[in-house]
Amino acid sequence: MPTTLSDEAAIAGIGVTAFNKQSGVSELSLAAQAISAAIDDAGIKASEVDGLASYTLDSTDEIEVARAVGAGDLTFFSRMNYGGGAAVCLIHQAVMAVATGAAKNVVVWRAMNGRSGRRMGRGVSGDIASSDIIHWSWYMAYGMLTPVSWVAMIAHKYMHQYGVTSEDLGRVAISQRNYAVTNPRSLFYGKPLTMEAYMASKLIAEPLRLYDCCQENDGGCAILVTSVERARDLVQKPAIIRGVSQASTRGQEQMTSFYRDELASLPEMELAARVVYEQCGLGPQDIDAACLYDAFTPEVIMQLESFGFCGRGEAVDMVREGALDIDGRLPNNTHGGLLSEAYIHGMNNIAEGVRLIRGTSGNQPGKAVNHVLVSSGVGVPTGALILGTDRA
Amino acid sequence: MVDSHRIKPPQGEDNHWWWELAQEGVLSIQRCVACRHLRHPPRPMCGECRSLEWDYIESSGRGTIASYTVLHHPRFPGFEYPLIIVLVELEEGTRFTSQLLQCEPDEVQFDMAVEMVIHEDPDGFRLPMFQPVGVA
Ligand SMILES: [Zn+2]
Repeated sequence: MPTTLSDEAAIAGIGVTAFNKQSGVSELSLAAQAISAAIDDAGIKASEVDGLASYTLDSTDEIEVARAVGAGDLTFFSRMNYGGGAAVCLIHQAVMAVATGAAKNVVVWRAMNGRSGRRMGRGVSGDIASSDIIHWSWYMAYGMLTPVSWVAMIAHKYMHQYGVTSEDLGRVAISQRNYAVTNPRSLFYGKPLTMEAYMASKLIAEPLRLYDCCQENDGGCAILVTSVERARDLVQKPAIIRGVSQASTRGQEQMTSFYRDELASLPEMELAARVVYEQCGLGPQDIDAACLYDAFTPEVIMQLESFGFCGRGEAVDMVREGALDIDGRLPNNTHGGLLSEAYIHGMNNIAEGVRLIRGTSGNQPGKAVNHVLVSSGVGVPTGALILGTDRA
Repeated sequence: MVDSHRIKPPQGEDNHWWWELAQEGVLSIQRCVACRHLRHPPRPMCGECRSLEWDYIESSGRGTIASYTVLHHPRFPGFEYPLIIVLVELEEGTRFTSQLLQCEPDEVQFDMAVEMVIHEDPDGFRLPMFQPVGVA
């Protein structure tokens, strides 16, 4: 029995649908298309898929998906809560399943008509079916209903404490847009963002503006996880899962952790970092590129500190020095991320992490990329993933 | 004039008492009977000592702004925009998320002293809000 999750599994396939504002098809169709693409990318038979897992927020059931794509007998299925926090956590589920033999080929996915159907940015009013409705009650009555409003409260404190300006947030938005401009999958393909346009964009939840927020769109993305040995026999260069973690810390609320002593940091992301680094014996110095969860620009800046790329309050200096750009210390979200490629709840950031390891990103950095860090949702129970090249 | 379509807080076993006190004009803070720890938002069990027994204290309503945001979009019925949402550090030591009244968005400051006022909607629903100390 393995004692850690390090080097037990690999990502052998990634699949995406087109990203757009109106898919014109059901979310089940998007899920089936993304999963089908991941299966083909890996070069396995659909009947070999024996594990499926997705977000609690996803509307497509495992067995519906299984019938749609012609999966075989299922011996592992699972669901993960907490919105975008689920992204890396699903990889964690898949690795546990593969490492223990619960399943051999696990596909995780997210498919959403996030613009033409249920828009995340419309917040928690109306259509709530979650068990934490009482938690939301403290915010709903005051009109604090949207993800951007909850993030703004923490981000504002952080910015105030460490002298981070609107222009600094703009630097993150522009860095990621620059990647999206050359990415044909991106909703902002060929559409650059200037600092003037950023600063002129409307205020949403101060200090956050329109371009500090991720997009709302339709689309699907799927990731296929299998054993390292199997991955080596398949079509693609394996992205070895060097480490993967889940993390929630004391006093955590979903998006509204306003009652802990310290407001200007991300304790659960620090835990995710500590666990994943310990698991594989790597540290921030070993990470060549990243896909840091980026539903909102300040989350990217704060995570640079959570993952130890710099000290407390120093992340803004990294941003100003261009660390996140293609030739910087830590090229980040080289596909454009949730801000500028598409918002598939973080799943598409994992797909880009895999491309960076394969060397096939449309914005592949010039330097060698041996390790890529991917994180999932910020302000929620979350996780961190380190992908590596195959050293065998 | 804002209509009275404010989204009402969903209420259950663990929080209805708090909103009932708010209707009486009280900003309450749950307190553990066993270890006296104050906690907000309310929960059925004390995270410090696991006691199920609790009562509450009435907050003085005085505090300072720990953080804030000014909401512009999207706009929901029943709320006036720009909408200033504050995280108040109450002098009792717990925090409370609320709305700031009697203050322009560009005049809000971190650590500003605020005091509680009971706001009443046109339909009679009451909830604690805050205003800068010293405004009429
Ligand atoms: Zn107690």
